Amino acid sequence: MNIINNNILSILTFLPLVGVFFLLIVPGNDDLAKNNMRRIALATTLVTFVFSLVMWAMFDSTNPGFQFVQNHSWIGDDVIGYRMGVDGISILFIVLTGLLMPMCVLASWESVQNRVREYMVAFLILEFLMIGVFATLDLAMFYVFFEGGLIPMFLIIGIWGGKKRIQASYKFFFYTFIGSVLMLLAVMAMYWQAGTLDIAKLLQFEFSSESQYWLWLAFFASLAVKMPMWPFHRWLPEAHVEAPTAGSVILAAILLKMGGYGFLRFSLPMFPEASAYFSNFVFVLSIAAIIITSLVALVQEDIKKLIAYSSVAHMGYVTMGIFAGNMLGIQGAIFQMISHGIVSGALFLCVGVIYDRMHTRRIDAYGGLVERMPKYAFAFMVFTMANVGLPGTSGFVGEFLVLMGIFQVNTWVAFGAAFGVILSAGYALWLYRRVIFGVLEKENLKAILDMNPREMAVIVPLIILTIFFGFYPAPILDATAASVEQLVNQYQMSLGQIGVLADVAH
Amino acid sequence: MNSDLTSYLDLAPAIPELMLAIGAIVLLMVGVFTSSKNANQIVLGIAMSLLALAAIAAVALPADGVLFNGAFVQDAFARFMKVLVLIGSAFALAISVYSADEHRLNKFEYPVLVILATLGMLMMISANDLISLYVGLELQSLSLYVIAAFKRDSSKATEAGLKYFVLGALSSGMLLYGASMVYGFTGHTQLDEIARAISLGEPSLGLIVGLVFVMAGLAFKVSAVPFHMWTPDVYQGVPTPVTAFFASAPKVAAMALFVRVVFDAFEPISKDWQQIVIFVSIASMVLAAFAAIGQKNIKRLIAYSSIGHVGFALVGLSAGSQIGVEGVAVYMAIYLTMTLGLFACILALKNDEGYVENIDDLAGLAQSRPFVAAGMAIIMFSLIGLPPLAGFFAKWQVFLAAIEAQLFVLAVIGVLASAVSAFYYLRVIKVMYFDEVVHQFEESALALRLIIAISGFLIVTYYFTLGVPLTQWAQTAAGSLF
Repeated sequence: MNIINNNILSILTFLPLVGVFFLLIVPGNDDLAKNNMRRIALATTLVTFVFSLVMWAMFDSTNPGFQFVQNHSWIGDDVIGYRMGVDGISILFIVLTGLLMPMCVLASWESVQNRVREYMVAFLILEFLMIGVFATLDLAMFYVFFEGGLIPMFLIIGIWGGKKRIQASYKFFFYTFIGSVLMLLAVMAMYWQAGTLDIAKLLQFEFSSESQYWLWLAFFASLAVKMPMWPFHRWLPEAHVEAPTAGSVILAAILLKMGGYGFLRFSLPMFPEASAYFSNFVFVLSIAAIIITSLVALVQEDIKKLIAYSSVAHMGYVTMGIFAGNMLGIQGAIFQMISHGIVSGALFLCVGVIYDRMHTRRIDAYGGLVERMPKYAFAFMVFTMANVGLPGTSGFVGEFLVLMGIFQVNTWVAFGAAFGVILSAGYALWLYRRVIFGVLEKENLKAILDMNPREMAVIVPLIILTIFFGFYPAPILDATAASVEQLVNQYQMSLGQIGVLADVAH
Repeated sequence: MNSDLTSYLDLAPAIPELMLAIGAIVLLMVGVFTSSKNANQIVLGIAMSLLALAAIAAVALPADGVLFNGAFVQDAFARFMKVLVLIGSAFALAISVYSADEHRLNKFEYPVLVILATLGMLMMISANDLISLYVGLELQSLSLYVIAAFKRDSSKATEAGLKYFVLGALSSGMLLYGASMVYGFTGHTQLDEIARAISLGEPSLGLIVGLVFVMAGLAFKVSAVPFHMWTPDVYQGVPTPVTAFFASAPKVAAMALFVRVVFDAFEPISKDWQQIVIFVSIASMVLAAFAAIGQKNIKRLIAYSSIGHVGFALVGLSAGSQIGVEGVAVYMAIYLTMTLGLFACILALKNDEGYVENIDDLAGLAQSRPFVAAGMAIIMFSLIGLPPLAGFFAKWQVFLAAIEAQLFVLAVIGVLASAVSAFYYLRVIKVMYFDEVVHQFEESALALRLIIAISGFLIVTYYFTLGVPLTQWAQTAAGSLF
């Protein structure tokens, strides 16, 4: 047990690569071989998921510091090293990644028929990089994992995507890349100032106040694109729409969360002064995101695009909660990220179900599905309600906590954000009405089949989780509480010091 | 003046050079007196093993020191760069084997000329005096001019050779003119003596003029903007195996020379040359990033890409610090790995119409030749500088130095230029992976696939394999200059 305990993060991170190795040595390219590849990918992701649950079980949620720490130097002590560790902020993202990957593999079981080997390899490499982002405690390695994810995702969108896939993949690549290279320079500047790349040490280091603003902006350039915050979100609708179903799920559920994770891990604790200074700026962008993208979502004709815009709106709550800088706001933001990971992932999976049958994502191509697909209608309803934030679903808890947190900081911001709840009800319920209800009058829909057992296996666990966390959010909130409390205390303390210094200066 | 050589043992630091010098003469004899038809293959084989032996000698023989009355220096930096040059030359010969007939490189003079050029490069790397610097540079350049025009019946190759010769001679003239100015205003030709003379008093205007001309000559040799115009034409015109050679070893040697000259001779006026390097670096990165976008020919694309990469390597140099030199050393090593792998990929793609030249001909390569396509895609992603591939760590090293030296504007322009350059690298990947198959290609030679595999493996696993030893060695190498 001890070996596993000490190395669990490395095992988790590198397990997908073991799967990649087996995928590469499977001979042949016929249907049998393709099935074997799918099974290998499924087995790898399932084992990874089990390990992530084991890690969660072993995680001591009362300890606010990093756990399962591994620290090996690479060249010299404080340069790029192999450092691993999780705390309450990062652990749940790893579990979420572990949870969604097997579903992505299952969702691609029949819809991806060409180049299965490359497809599964790309996904497993992506899983390796995503877990790495959340598990690493080295700033340079964080960048390596964060940016490395561009390679498989670029290929996934570009090879297996829809009609406008090339434009979408390029847009995705360049938006993310240009923001990230600025963050890279900030990473280097931090290294020269603090003399280390160890995140645990950097969290203790106080960056000089004049440099904080530049560093914050450089990180913002990258994280705001990844998040994405309005107006840096333009890549997202296209990437979501053109990506294959599993690609959209990963994009919405995990990749976007890297932005929020980055804000929580770096911007807030390392540059507290700049975070406080820019918080109003973030609030404005967040409200803009919530209101504008919700309005944009209302007029979409493509189901995936509508969900994509609703993702941007929901991420507005996350950034707002993070920069509220208090316990409720940050807890709510993390909860919202996890919940959105489940719900938006599930929504994209639901779209995938009907897309596999009808090969169109246009809303007006559907209607009256409830007559032929009652199970599907129920599943879609649960996730639509969660997307709206109905009490009793996980979507409610996050939004409610964030709104409470922000209310303590700035009432007007909370007032603006509350419009998002109304608008999200508007676009989500309208979407549901147009797709599921109405009269089933289109000829080609009359023979549509309800979800098969494979699709049920993907959707049902997500339904259970959505409702479970809606009624009993404690597992998530407990896991994050200690670390968030420490983060908030440190943040408020360093702000308090500045306040005291400012008073003395006057 | 008495010689500082009192016994043969004193020649120990120059053993790699001696091996190549004697070897080249012997190989000429072998080539002439072997009557069999495959004389060229025998010579090629011996030449490759000679280069490999010289590389081993450069690593293994411990003798360091200054020779020939201060004209020649062997130190850790020279060792590092020499090994890169020798590896580059050896692999450039290796990937030329399978296409020697098509490219009219099947004469025994070709390997001999490569050896002579390599000898010139080793002399450049070890040059500690403006005279020996120039002799080494000219030995290299003259051999390269001949190699460029080696395919005599091809008008493109002769044109490239002529262009290379005229512009190269011009740059040599500029370098020589600058050297004479430096000599005139310091009274010395030996690099460390020049530095000492400069540090004695205020640098005179004539010296600065000399510095500028010397640097212009060197910029020519590394093909940095604004002295880059010959590169695309030469790269496109000469046979592909020759392009592989041009893009690898001479670049490394010229960059090593650049580093040695500015640090050994002009250290006291570092503020003056830093301005020039910063300008050249920015211009190279930006121009290459935009100019390459419109290219259709893969060799022209690589030419612009190499200009850009020289710009990135110069970012390290412009920091003017030890960590910057370390960055340059690491950058050149990784650049060499990527370049050789890339050319192995290109030479592995042949159909009825000959070797692949246009990017569009690569369409659908991922389906017709998945292995080569994967190798090429890895190299392209690495050239962009995406982690976790080696190209990222190369950029990491040089930009780390630039940030330490507070060159924030240079760093920001540099990373944005790398984002622009991503556009044309991605286009190659897009054509290979997103488009449908157009051409079928013949099966390629095992050795080429092996080189692709080695290069790809080192690039992907850089963090675990090459990274630590390379960085440590580069640290020692950079340390020897300070």
